Amino acid sequence: MLEINNLHVSIAGKKIIDGLSLTVADGEVAAIMGPNGSGKSTLSYVIAGRADYEVTEGSIRLDGVDLLDKTPSERAALGLFLVFQYPLEIPGVATMTFLKAALAAQRKARDEAELSTPDFMKRVRAAASKLNIPQDMLKRPVNLGFSGGEKKRMEILQMALLEPKFAILDEMDSGLDIDALRVCAEGVNALRSKDRGLLVITHYQRLLDYIAPDSVHVMSKGRIVKSGGPDLALELEKSGYADYVDEAA
Amino acid sequence: MAAVQETVDKVKTLDVDAYKYGFFTDIESDKAPKGLDEDIVRFISAKKNEPEWMTEWRLDAFRRWLTMTEPKWARVHYPPIDYQDLYYYAAPKSAEGPKSLDEVDPELLRTYEKLGIPLREQELLAGVQPDPNARKVAVDAVFDSVSVATTFKAELAKAGVIFCPISEAIQTHPELVRKYLGSVVPVTDNYFATLNSAVFSDGSFVYVPPGVRCPMELSTYFRINEKNTGQFERTLIIADKGSYVSYLEGCTAPQRDENQLHAAVVELVAHDEAEIKYSTVQNWYPGDSEGKGGIYNFVTKRGDCRGDHSKISWTQVETGSAITWKYPSCILRGDFSRGEFYSIAISNGRQQVDSGTKMLHLGANTSSRVISKGIAAGHSQNTYRGQISAHRKAVNARNFTQCDSLLIGNACGAHTVPYIEAKNSSAIFEHEATTSKISDDQLFYCMQRGLSAEEATALIVNGFVRDVLQQLPMEFAVEAQKLIAISLEGSVG
Repeated sequence: MLEINNLHVSIAGKKIIDGLSLTVADGEVAAIMGPNGSGKSTLSYVIAGRADYEVTEGSIRLDGVDLLDKTPSERAALGLFLVFQYPLEIPGVATMTFLKAALAAQRKARDEAELSTPDFMKRVRAAASKLNIPQDMLKRPVNLGFSGGEKKRMEILQMALLEPKFAILDEMDSGLDIDALRVCAEGVNALRSKDRGLLVITHYQRLLDYIAPDSVHVMSKGRIVKSGGPDLALELEKSGYADYVDEAA
Repeated sequence: MAAVQETVDKVKTLDVDAYKYGFFTDIESDKAPKGLDEDIVRFISAKKNEPEWMTEWRLDAFRRWLTMTEPKWARVHYPPIDYQDLYYYAAPKSAEGPKSLDEVDPELLRTYEKLGIPLREQELLAGVQPDPNARKVAVDAVFDSVSVATTFKAELAKAGVIFCPISEAIQTHPELVRKYLGSVVPVTDNYFATLNSAVFSDGSFVYVPPGVRCPMELSTYFRINEKNTGQFERTLIIADKGSYVSYLEGCTAPQRDENQLHAAVVELVAHDEAEIKYSTVQNWYPGDSEGKGGIYNFVTKRGDCRGDHSKISWTQVETGSAITWKYPSCILRGDFSRGEFYSIAISNGRQQVDSGTKMLHLGANTSSRVISKGIAAGHSQNTYRGQISAHRKAVNARNFTQCDSLLIGNACGAHTVPYIEAKNSSAIFEHEATTSKISDDQLFYCMQRGLSAEEATALIVNGFVRDVLQQLPMEFAVEAQKLIAISLEGSVG
């Protein structure tokens, strides 16, 4: 369970998140929608622990553990995963090597035994085939020269492999055509489980046609201004964010 | 330097002949006294039972050295070295070389263990019978100034390969040593090479006869042990017509308070259609975080592609030393000869690296390739300095140079200083250079996947240097990868 309580965040003295509270239960898929500049991406970075953001007040807990005093890698080992809006390229590092290093680091942090190479390969291959990722793509350097769709599929592959307790999808649909979006969404849906919470951050309703949320929250000016069920997303698609932007002002 | 001047004056006033046998030092002692003069040179030569031509060769070099001045063009800064405040010869406790591996001091073996010498090679050093199916590595271990263990000699001898300490080669193969020593790096070459010629302690000698493919990788580990001992290795490798040899050199040094001078000379000679592959992993003590106490590494390494269709390839991973001054070079004399230089140079803390290569195209249709990866972290300065030149007769000379720098943090510097000179219009030289920085976004991405800041940095750096790591023999590549992670410790966070 992810619990965010009265979160206040500034960057370079400017307030971005202003008293945000949100709870996402195990197995729940929560969507956060909001206009550009509402602080959605900042929220995902702050949860994952990116430096440069100053948390002035509030708390973030994952399964009761306070995340704010943890490094990004410690948070990852606790089971937090972020699907990046713009996955980074790492020249010279084969994707397979990267996956192995990431999994090994997390397992080590959790005092779990290292996976044998055959076991690891088996898992990667299984996950890759579900996402239509060809084997030779795993030999290429991480995200280097990948198309937008390939990058996002690789993010979902990592998620499948690392089996996080809680995942945040930051604008997963950006840069994807409809076919790529469908593949990625199916990949995410396959990872839905009663133990795993998901926070889907998006600007458009479109993504939620593929990943059906249990709850929808509207974010504006750094806080949640309205919460509701799946219908709220459809309503927003018709009326836009204008009402909520004014409400928050 | 007043001390050196004093010596110059003193030497000038002496009647050299009268002093020829005037040793004031006990020949049985393990150490020459501090300082350098003709007596010390003679002492070193006598310690090694050298023939007179060798003694004279050393003395010539010494006299030449007195007239020279230290080069100052490199982008490195260090306090003046007092050459009279150093020891120029030190031997391990037992003066006699061990007759077999069982006689090797267990203390030495423990030291090798600490240095992380691969288990298989430790077994070799300990005299354990190797698995006949395993790939073999012969180790000629240099501890301080005297070789203490040489393995696989018999098997190499069967192939006709000579692999021994150079001090031994002077005794057993004087004709080869006389023919080749100083033929690539002349006695007069440069300040540090000339010093080495006068006082070189020991090193490896390799001769591969015509048409022979050396049956194993040849490997030497160097280590500086005695306090205040300058180490002056001398290595000479000759690949005769149509032969092949791969040579591995690895170095580590324990912590020291005072800076230590190291001035090695490596000479490679490749005859017609011969190939030499020379790989180095250098991990000498770089000094503490303030830069105190590290090794000064002033090395002259040069290969001579003397024959047509010959090839020399240098691969180096440089992570240690307070100061590195090193330019493994190739003289492409034979037609169709080829030179290669693959380098990873990592600097952290207060380390200063000025390294690169020279590819001198003399023959027709010669080609060379240079891939240099410099990584600077902490407060270090990392310079690539490279010279590519084509002689008038070097028609169709071809070079490709790629020179990439990676910066970690805001307090370090990376510099690229290429010298490119083509004296004929058919030469084609290409030079590519990039400078990049590990971005916070890349680090965060890796950390989000569970890697610590240091693991993430090591991973990104390993990716950056991958092209070069692939050039290393397997056993070194693994070692080098670990070394990269170790040498970048504390560079982030």
